[in-house]
Amino acid sequence: MNYARTLLAVATLAGTASIAQAAEEVNVYSYRQAFLIQPLLEEFSKETGIQVNLVTGGSGLLERLEHEGRNSPADVLLTAEVGPLYDAVQRELVSPVESEVLNSNIPPQYRDPDNRWFALTARSRIIYASKDRVDEGEIKTYEELADPKWKGRICTRSGKHTYNLSLFASMIAHHGEEWTEQWLEDLKANLARKPQGNDRAQVKAVKEGVCDLALGNSYYFGKMLTNEEQPEQKEWAQSVNLVFPNQEDRGAHMNISGASVTQYAPNRDNAVKLLEFLSGEQAQAIYAEVNYEFPVRPDTPRSDLINEYMGDFKADAINLQELGPLRTTASKLVDKVGFDN
Amino acid sequence: MRSDTAILTCNQPRLPRPHLTGWYTLAWGIALVVALPVLSVFYLALFPDENIWSHLASTVLPVYVITTIQLVVGVGLLSILAGVGSAWLVTLCHFPGRRLFEWALLLPFAVPAYVIAYVYTDLLEFAGPVQGALRALFGWETARDYWFPEIRSLGGAIAMLSLVLYPYVYLLARAAFLEQSVSLRDASRVLGCNAWQSFWRISLPIARPAIAVGVSLVSMETINDFGTVDYFAVKSLTAGIYDTWLNMYNLGGAAQIASLMLVFVVLLITLERKAREKQKQFHSADRFTALEPYRLHGWRAAAATLFCLLPVVCGFVLPCGLLAWYASGYLDQLWSEDFIGYASHSFTLSLTAAVVSIVIAVVLAYARRLFSERRSLQFAVRFSSLGYAMPGAVLALGVIIPLAAFDNSVDAFMRSHFNLSTGLLLSGTTFAVVMAYVVRFLAVSTGAVDSSLSKVTPSMDMASRSLGQSASGTLFRVHLPLIRGGLLTALLVVFVDCMKELPATLILRPFNYDTLATFVYQYASDEMLERCSLAALLIVLVGVLPVILLSRSITNTRQQA
Repeated sequence: MNYARTLLAVATLAGTASIAQAAEEVNVYSYRQAFLIQPLLEEFSKETGIQVNLVTGGSGLLERLEHEGRNSPADVLLTAEVGPLYDAVQRELVSPVESEVLNSNIPPQYRDPDNRWFALTARSRIIYASKDRVDEGEIKTYEELADPKWKGRICTRSGKHTYNLSLFASMIAHHGEEWTEQWLEDLKANLARKPQGNDRAQVKAVKEGVCDLALGNSYYFGKMLTNEEQPEQKEWAQSVNLVFPNQEDRGAHMNISGASVTQYAPNRDNAVKLLEFLSGEQAQAIYAEVNYEFPVRPDTPRSDLINEYMGDFKADAINLQELGPLRTTASKLVDKVGFDN
Repeated sequence: MRSDTAILTCNQPRLPRPHLTGWYTLAWGIALVVALPVLSVFYLALFPDENIWSHLASTVLPVYVITTIQLVVGVGLLSILAGVGSAWLVTLCHFPGRRLFEWALLLPFAVPAYVIAYVYTDLLEFAGPVQGALRALFGWETARDYWFPEIRSLGGAIAMLSLVLYPYVYLLARAAFLEQSVSLRDASRVLGCNAWQSFWRISLPIARPAIAVGVSLVSMETINDFGTVDYFAVKSLTAGIYDTWLNMYNLGGAAQIASLMLVFVVLLITLERKAREKQKQFHSADRFTALEPYRLHGWRAAAATLFCLLPVVCGFVLPCGLLAWYASGYLDQLWSEDFIGYASHSFTLSLTAAVVSIVIAVVLAYARRLFSERRSLQFAVRFSSLGYAMPGAVLALGVIIPLAAFDNSVDAFMRSHFNLSTGLLLSGTTFAVVMAYVVRFLAVSTGAVDSSLSKVTPSMDMASRSLGQSASGTLFRVHLPLIRGGLLTALLVVFVDCMKELPATLILRPFNYDTLATFVYQYASDEMLERCSLAALLIVLVGVLPVILLSRSITNTRQQA
C-alpha cells in the first residue's frame, strides 16, 4: 500500500516535471537591468508564445551558472558589456550557435569568431568637450588626451570601471603595453580631480567648470538630453560637444551589450529563437532606442536624436574577443600608475 | 576608586553535565552547516588563477589596507561616540525629548547605506541645493571660488556608514545600561562620583562587553561594505576583492583577499576578548528597581537634546524627507500588484531568516553554555558566525557552491539508481536566499543572544537542574523568559538587516523574483533613484515599525517592577 502510494507520488512528480518542460519557456540570467529588457522580452513572448523567466543580477551570475553545471536551468546569458561574455567563453559556460539569421544580422566585429557570443547593442566611448572652453577640432583622438596642454582639464570615472578598462585594453591592442602605460600616466597627470562618480557626473563637472573634457559612453548624452525627471541634466548635455575620436584612423572605441546560449541550455531551441528575435529589425530598433544605444544590425533605422547629434561615425573594427585578455593587463596598468589614487 | 572595582570578578561555577548529548550534536551539526559558505570561500582561495600578491603588494595593497583601517577606525569611533553617548543620556538622564529619542535614535538603522550615500551626494555635491544656496548667498560662481568638503571621499564614506551603523552600538549599549544594577550606581554616588564620573567608572566598564559586540558588528559591516565605498571611489580591501574577481578574472585571488580580511577580523575580535577575559558579570536581583535618572537643566539639557537630535536628523529625517519628496511623484506605483509582491517577498524572506537565525543562535549559545569546557565546540560556534565579515556577493558564492554540489550529487544518485533526474532542489530557490541571510547575519543574532545569556547567573541553571528540570526544560522555562528582551532585539536587528541586504539576494534569487531591495537596485544602479525612491522609503518604513515596537519592549523590561 505504502509502496504503491510512493510510486504514485513519484509518477505524479515526474508527470508534472514533463508538463513543465512541455510548456514552452526560456530561462534568462541577465546582467542587464530588468526595466531595460522587459518590454522586449514581453514582445518576444507575445510573438512566439514562449514564456521568458528572468533573473537579473550583477557580479556572481556566472559563478551560479558554473556551479549549477549540467542541471542549470539557464538557457541564455544577457550582459551589459563584453567582459562577462569573454569570461564565460574562457570557462566554457556557453556554447557556439550556428544560426544563419544571427550571422546575417550581426556584423563580424560584433560577434565572437567562434559564435559563442553575439553583441545586441553598441555604444561608443566618446569625449565630451565643453562648448565654451574647447574649440571644435581642438581634440580629435584618445591619444591627444595625454597632451600636457590638457593638464588639470580632464574628468573621468574610476579607471577600474569596465568601460574605461575596455578603452584602455583597446589602447594596448593598438599601441602595446608599454606605450599605454605611459599614456595612462600622462592622462592621469591631466586629470582635474581624482577619478570618481559615473559617466554623467563627468559631463556635469564640465558644465560646472571643474574640467573641460570628459570621457563617457555615448548613450548618456541621450539620457541626459531627454531627462524630464531631472531637467537640470538637459543643461549638462547642452554644455558639451560630442567628439567621436580617431575618425581619421581606426575609429572610435566601441563597447557592447550582448548574449550567449549556455553550455547545457535545457531549452536550447528557444534560446536561439530569443537571440534571433533580439537581433531582428523590430527588436533592434526598440532595444537600442530604450537606452539611446546603437543597434548592431546595420540596416536598423536609428532614432532621431542619435541621427541629429551623433550622425555617422567611424567605429573601431577590432573584434572585442581580442580585447578580453587585455583587460586584465589594463587593470594592472591602472594599479601600476595609481590612476585612481 | 579604580575603574574596574565595579566589576564582580569570580570564577564561573561548573554547570551540571547533562546526560544527553543531544544539544552537543545539534550545535555541532548547525555550526558545520552554517560554516559551509565560509569554508567554500577558503576552498576557492586555494585555486587562484595566478598569484596576485606580488602585483598587489607592489601597487595598490598598501592603499587598500590603509584605507580600510582608516575607514574601520573612523566609523568605529564615530559610532561609539554617537551610540554610547546617546544611549547613556536617554537611559540615565532626564532632558527634553528623552522619551522620543529612546526609539528615534534607532531609526537610521533602517536606512540602507547605499541609499543614504546617494541621497547625501545629491544634497551636498556642487550642483546640490546646499552648495547652490551658499553660492547664491556669497556670490561665488565656480568650484574654484570656495572650499567645500567633498562628499565623495573617505571622510564622506566614514560619515555615511557611521550614520546608519551607530544604532548597533546604541541598541546594545542601551540594553546594557538598562540591565545594570542600580545599587552599583547608587554606591558610586554615595562615594562621591558625579554623573560624569559615574559614567566613566561604573556604567561604561560594565557595558563594555555589549559595546564591544556592537563595535565589532559595526566594523564588520564597514569592512564588507561595497555599495558606499564604490560610489565614493574609496579604495578599500572590498573594492580590491571585486576588482580582482571581475576585472582580473581571478576569483581565487579575490577569495584570498576575502580570507585574509577574515583573519584580520578574527584577530581583532580575539584581542578584544582577551582584553576582558577575566571579567564576568551577572545580574543581581534589583534589576527591576526603577532607575532614578540624573536631571539635566539649562545648557546641559539643551546640549543633551542636541547630541541626540543630530544623528536622528542626519541619519533619518533628512534622507527620508528627501526620499519622500522624490517619491511623491510616484505614488501610483504603490498600488501596482508588482510592487505589493516585492514588499511581501522582502517581508517574508526577512522574517523567515530572522526567526531561523534566532533559533540557531539560541541553540548555539545554549550549547556553548552547557559545554563551556569543550574548546572545539566553542571554536566551531565562533567560526560559524564569520560570514558577517565577508562581502555579500562573495558569501553568496560560498552559498552557491555547497548547495549546487548537494543538488548535483542527489541528482546523480537518483539518475544512476532510479533513472530519474531531480535537477536543482535547493539552488535557485528562496531556501538559498534565506540560507545566505542566516549565515550572513548569524553574528548579529549570536552576539545579542550570547550577551543576554551570559548575564543570567549560572546559579539559575543549578537551581533549575537540581529541581529536576532537564537541559531543555531549563532553557524553555528559565532562560528564554529571562532573555526575551535580548531575543527580540536580535530578531529585530536581523530582520532589518535582511530587508536591506542586496548583493546576495541579487545573485541567489529564483526566476522572476524581486524584493524591494532588488527593485531599488535596478534603478539606483542606473542613476535613477527617483524612480525607486518609494521602494527605498518602504524598506525604511517596514524596518521602522519593528524598531519602534521593539524599543518599547526593551523599555518595558525595566518598567514592569
